[in-house]
Amino acid sequence: MPKVEAPVEKWRGRVQEVRLGGDGRKQVTVGGESTLPFLHFDGEIPHRPVIAAEVLDMPPADWAENVVSAWGDALKSPAAWAKKAAQLGADLIFLRLASAHPEQGNTSGAQAAKTVSQVMEATDLPLIVVGPDVAEKDNEVIVAVAEAARGQRLALGTVTDKNYRTIVATAMAGGHAVVAQAPMDMNLSKQLNILCCDVGLPKDSLVMDPTTGALGYGMEYALSVFERLRLAALQGDAMTAMPILCHAGYESWRQKEAKAVEGVPVSWGDQKVRSLLWEQMTALTLLQSGAEIMVLRHPRSMDVVRGVIDRLMARQGPVS
Amino acid sequence: MALTAIEIYKYLPKTNCKDCGFPTCLAFAMKLAQKGAELSACKHVSEEAKSALEAASRPPIRLVTIGKDGRKVEVGNEVAMFRHEKTFYHQPGLLLRVKDSAAPDKVAQEMAAVASYKVERVGMQLSWNGLAIQNDGGDKAAFLAAVKLAQAHPELALVLMSDDPDTMAAALGDPAVAGRLPLIYAATEANWQKMAALAKQHKCPLAVRAGGLDALATLTEQVAAAGIEDIVVDPGARDFGDSLNALTQIRRLALKKSFRPLGYPVITFPGEKASSQEEEVLLATQHIARYAGVIVLDHFSPAMAYPLLTERLNIYTDPQKPLQMQAGVYPFGKPDPASPLLVTTNFSLTYFSVSSEIESSGFPTWLMVVDTEGQSVLTSWASGKFDAEKISKAAKNFKVEEKIGHRSLVIPGAVAVLRGELEGEFPEWKIMVGPREAVGIGPFLKQNWAR
Ligand code: SF4
Repeated sequence: MPKVEAPVEKWRGRVQEVRLGGDGRKQVTVGGESTLPFLHFDGEIPHRPVIAAEVLDMPPADWAENVVSAWGDALKSPAAWAKKAAQLGADLIFLRLASAHPEQGNTSGAQAAKTVSQVMEATDLPLIVVGPDVAEKDNEVIVAVAEAARGQRLALGTVTDKNYRTIVATAMAGGHAVVAQAPMDMNLSKQLNILCCDVGLPKDSLVMDPTTGALGYGMEYALSVFERLRLAALQGDAMTAMPILCHAGYESWRQKEAKAVEGVPVSWGDQKVRSLLWEQMTALTLLQSGAEIMVLRHPRSMDVVRGVIDRLMARQGPVS
Repeated sequence: MALTAIEIYKYLPKTNCKDCGFPTCLAFAMKLAQKGAELSACKHVSEEAKSALEAASRPPIRLVTIGKDGRKVEVGNEVAMFRHEKTFYHQPGLLLRVKDSAAPDKVAQEMAAVASYKVERVGMQLSWNGLAIQNDGGDKAAFLAAVKLAQAHPELALVLMSDDPDTMAAALGDPAVAGRLPLIYAATEANWQKMAALAKQHKCPLAVRAGGLDALATLTEQVAAAGIEDIVVDPGARDFGDSLNALTQIRRLALKKSFRPLGYPVITFPGEKASSQEEEVLLATQHIARYAGVIVLDHFSPAMAYPLLTERLNIYTDPQKPLQMQAGVYPFGKPDPASPLLVTTNFSLTYFSVSSEIESSGFPTWLMVVDTEGQSVLTSWASGKFDAEKISKAAKNFKVEEKIGHRSLVIPGAVAVLRGELEGEFPEWKIMVGPREAVGIGPFLKQNWAR
């Protein structure tokens, strides 16, 4: 008789499965778990969390030197960048149409459609495409992109409570999914999911972005929001059960701790090491809190985080 | 686990003799449950009831202290699986392992690096807790020499690692070493009687190692029966997956099943299975968030120490009482007297979103942080903690007029209504209404301050 009875928890609920990617091309499915992250002894984890490479449609202006040099010339075109990301093992491309921002070039919907077509020619990975986070421009470029990529089942964004109707309707018409972002509050995420579903969006076409805080910059708040969303989902609340997308790359790399080479205390150590750890530690902590789609910036981080996911997905024998 | 009044009452004599100063035994029990009285006030409880009460009121995870003063590690006594339920209270110790097979001057150097490391974050001084010294080749003299080197840093917490009881006894034979109350690592199936005797003799905490939870629980019961209370457990898991499973199960067993044999802090060694230093740091990251009490790494450098200490600070923040920023005027990017002055609250999330937008805008800026007791802009405005009077008082306190040459102040867009009031408080100032959301700060600065 074993002395220790494994303290297994059985959940009623399950995370919603969401499939991305077009017919005849690579597809990725996320979600479907009936357990907390990586706890194989409690339930099933049919799909591993995936890594999306952050790609911009214009060369980044203020990225840290060590990210820029890691990508090299690929940064000059989104197609080349996405292709390189695919070669480096990314599961998805997260394409930010930054150039559509009124102050970054104000490029048009037609241009956005062209960019997305080029990226899709360069790689057959599934795409998440978001606008510049300015409501009117988001609507303009995303409508054009959705049209150009009909049937390719992209995830489109960014949907917020102030701007969801156009993007949701466009996604539904084109057979796409959406990314819905709420400001770091479990109930606001849930409300936004309800808003989207109320206008007819199927539950399997929604990915939540509950807002990410980087290590040292509110990461613990994001962690608790992710965990509470996930616990609610496992307890059976379908309106919190959508897969979670996390911006560990973007949020980490804009902090001084990742970027600053000079003018910081010696006790911060070598920026090349510190910056990568900042991104990777944010990513790992939030993967273990419930993130299914991890958007990363540095190729090395993609590699290391994938290696860790491999090891967390390897089923362990019983502990006791 | 805290006992309820009724549970305590069961153990009392139920005679209502009032000797304790309370009218009835039940009233006394209620006071005890609220921790407003001591059990010793009742002279009539039996010894049996006393020990039963003590056992039942013991925390589900024992609080264990490694070291005496300075950077002692105090771990255990956690009550939650998730930090939103209840704070994680006792930050895990972060230690560096040195091996006695390494060159002594290198070992001494590493020890000094750990001892001298300090870093500041949100007004707190953070440092590494201590050292673990491993008897690597089984050579007693080498171990004693390495332990001796650690005596140069008496403020550090210490773990002595050898499976050989004779070697352990020799190290603890030096009263100056034993007096530091190091963690003895480790009692195993093969040596536990001798190790337990050493722990008892020197009143040191004892680590117990076994492969798997069954064997571990069997061993801790034996060690506890030998009179050792301060135990740290090592389930032998070394990789990401198995340690996540083992540590989660140990925590659940202790908290949800009140399973005493595993109700102890856990020690981990994230460097042993790591294929790179990044992986080692990431596994330590997992261990901070997922239930370790003592984390022994195999490498140390400022670039890994700083993020790990930050991670620990984040995870162990009280979720109900969010980290507050210290009020004051913060400079960003070497501002001069002509640089813009913004004002916000000391709620850390507000501060973080504002500061990271200023940071990424690249504009040299002054940010005045007003003490709003950790409330966000709108909440603190609604509760009167962020009004014209508070802001003008803060400006006076922080001697803003000495730092800044111009006379314009940017207030958060969400509290634009404060403008009129502020113009009354600061007649010679121009009050500007900034963006509602932090993301607007960069464009706002660019629009108004581009030279
Ligand atoms: S002294 Fe003890 S027995 Fe007497 S009333 Fe108080 S609790 Fe009851």
